[in-house]
Amino acid sequence: MASKSEKLIEVVSDDPMLARPFTIRRVIKESHDTFSMELEKPSGRKDFNFLPGQFNMLYVYGIGEVPISISGDPTMPRTLVHTTRAVGTVTKAMWNLKVGESIGVRGPYGTAWPAAESEGSDVVLITGGIGLAPLRPVIYYLLANRGKYGKIVLLYGARTPEDILYVKQLEKWRARFDLEIHLTVDRATGAWHGNVGVVTQLIKRSPFDPLNCVAMVCGPEVMMRFTVMELEKRGVTEDRIYISMERNMKCGIGLCGHCQLGSSFVCKDGPVYRFTDIKDKFTKREM
Amino acid sequence: MENLERILSEHPFLEGMSQKHIELLVGCASNVVFKAGEFIFREGEPADNFYFIRHGRVLVETHVPQKGPIVIRSRAEGEIFGWSWMVPPYKWHFDARATELTRAITLDGKCLRTKCEEDHDLGYEIMKRFALVIAERLEATRLQLMDIYGNGLKK
Repeated sequence: MASKSEKLIEVVSDDPMLARPFTIRRVIKESHDTFSMELEKPSGRKDFNFLPGQFNMLYVYGIGEVPISISGDPTMPRTLVHTTRAVGTVTKAMWNLKVGESIGVRGPYGTAWPAAESEGSDVVLITGGIGLAPLRPVIYYLLANRGKYGKIVLLYGARTPEDILYVKQLEKWRARFDLEIHLTVDRATGAWHGNVGVVTQLIKRSPFDPLNCVAMVCGPEVMMRFTVMELEKRGVTEDRIYISMERNMKCGIGLCGHCQLGSSFVCKDGPVYRFTDIKDKFTKREM
Repeated sequence: MENLERILSEHPFLEGMSQKHIELLVGCASNVVFKAGEFIFREGEPADNFYFIRHGRVLVETHVPQKGPIVIRSRAEGEIFGWSWMVPPYKWHFDARATELTRAITLDGKCLRTKCEEDHDLGYEIMKRFALVIAERLEATRLQLMDIYGNGLKK
């Protein structure tokens, strides 16, 4: 029979609001303001299993907590990876953390990309800016199960060539013959010889079957609105479009209401939604 | 000519256009090739052509003093570029430069303007198609101006 103190520990460790200390093992600078952190679980803990599209609450001790999507490989749950843009108080403090220091982690939370449900279909992943980070786990997953899918196409838009994330990894993926990647940037100088223009323009000539595909879209809401329109022009039906929403998530478990979107809580019912389930709220300005 | 007719009739920009009108367009069409780095046109020059890209990539750019060229848009295989030929005073507003060996079909704007005046059905068909292109580019430019990938929520 467990002692009183053991019971207490058990109860506390089950507390979804309790962040556990993870150790920073590696920091990778992705761009001038974006970085990835590889975190190691506390000794003795089981693997950190998560589904592609889920997020964690990351706590910089004494500063605050932010929701950050998991950007690592779900088939390698021993290492937890998050990619963050340093834009505010907490994320700038996170940027200053060093290898060997601790950061609090609680999660994983939220819904996932419909990876398993998309078997047998083409998959088109459309993303802009740092939206590639929440989609990267699903790319790992799809490639780990490559034979179960038709064409896999990644359309990725960045602000400038310098803002492109995961450059080396994109190069490796581009070398594969079973994953098609198209990049574009909004602004470029003469040194850039690739596509220039918004990511929605890539949809028109992208080689996926609109009648048998699943589209997963992640990026700024404006970009997602125009992306959905372009997908519909191509003939992709709304029930085959999934989007990932971003809101001011605080508790991560649907209690505090900060991320409420009508009758839905983005932290619990999202961040990944089938478009038909959120369509009405998505276009309402008051939300 | 037969080859040009086939290529034009299969191009998405001309999808649904009647055979008679395609034949009229072919009369104004010719094949062109541009080397990597070659300027296809420059700002201020007479805009007397437009282009269907068959292979390669073209950057539409403008030159800013002390900054050099700034790329506004790229165009690739299967797309068209150049609509200044249909709007007075028929001058290019930007530069266009091939970034790699680029093969295209060009249509002579003067020839086409004359045919559109003679055959208003053709003129309307062309105008409808270019209106879509112009609207799409206006929308894309607005999205670019929004700088939507800039910093998000302060966290």
